[in-house]
Amino acid sequence: MNIKDLPEEDYFTSGHTACAGCPAPAIVRNMMKIFGKDTIVYTPANCLLVFSGTYPYLAWKVPYLHEAFENTGSCISGVARAYKKIGKKALVVGIAGDGGTYDIGIQALSGAAERDEDVIYVCYDNEAYMNTGIQRSGSTPYGASTTTTPAGKKIPGKLRHKKDMAEIMRAHEIPYMATLSISHPKDFLNKVEKAKNVKGFRYLHVFSPCPTGWRFDPSKSVEIARKAVQSGMWTLYEAEYGEITGIYKPKKKIPVEEYIKGQGRFRHLTPEMIEELQRWVDRKWKRLYGEEP
Amino acid sequence: MKTAISYPTVGAMGKTGTWRVFRPSLDREKCIKCWRCWIFCPDSAISRDEYPVIDYEYCKGCGVCANECPVNAIEMGREEK
Repeated sequence: MNIKDLPEEDYFTSGHTACAGCPAPAIVRNMMKIFGKDTIVYTPANCLLVFSGTYPYLAWKVPYLHEAFENTGSCISGVARAYKKIGKKALVVGIAGDGGTYDIGIQALSGAAERDEDVIYVCYDNEAYMNTGIQRSGSTPYGASTTTTPAGKKIPGKLRHKKDMAEIMRAHEIPYMATLSISHPKDFLNKVEKAKNVKGFRYLHVFSPCPTGWRFDPSKSVEIARKAVQSGMWTLYEAEYGEITGIYKPKKKIPVEEYIKGQGRFRHLTPEMIEELQRWVDRKWKRLYGEEP
Repeated sequence: MKTAISYPTVGAMGKTGTWRVFRPSLDREKCIKCWRCWIFCPDSAISRDEYPVIDYEYCKGCGVCANECPVNAIEMGREEK
């Protein structure tokens, strides 16, 4: 699907209170354009819930509900089964943040994937618990300074590397999984459209830079997402039943140093730490592309 | 028991245009209608007409459109109140 062919109708309205420059509203808006009006959206506790659906305000023009943090997987399974029982056709979508996917919601998500429920699970990954005040999550990359891993004399930011959640989901051998980035709109729209038309459990993992938590200029959010893809910090690929069917390879690989430039959370990194981060990227590159970077 | 249900309203949480510090303005001469600004706008504040139309009631002035425009047709100027 091309940008020009995207429907005009919006199911996510203006006037929500996301921070200026946050790409999450653009992500959900473009997804909803493709999913259409016969969609039911569920979100656990995350930024998206707070800026678009705190009672009594609502930015969604589709049925929308929220529940506790850890049960995205079980809630969307329940909604999908209830709809099947009453014989109505609807697309059930759960949109969780990285905290609700990597850490708190992984058990319910894994269960729903294993049962192959007919739902779409979207994880928008901003690499920390941004909604509650930038605490580290399983998704936070090595060296990033957060409020629970503050860079200082004791520790130089987070000491562990980012967990590869997309690979965990690929290992579930679900009908369709893909990693997306808003910086590559054509690829983004094609993957969302493909996910809509597949039956069974579908997992979409979207990269979403956070201007507030990562401390960069709001206008740079899409540019940083693009740099993440170009540097290999984020890899765009899709898989069906555990087999990688498509993988995007950047024309020119840029060093990690260029990606972390301009991000306040990486400001304190020493050359040795940047090297460590580069080694992690190179390992990931070799694993996914099957060749030396 | 009464169930708590909220209904969608545009701008229920206020006109977010008041947040703006920098104001985007479009140069129609330069615009090539690639609609990248439309797809990237987080606030659904750009709509498609003959040219992109910016809705200043909701534009937060983040500047993503100006940064992503391939031909620099959108310029960010300081908001004057």
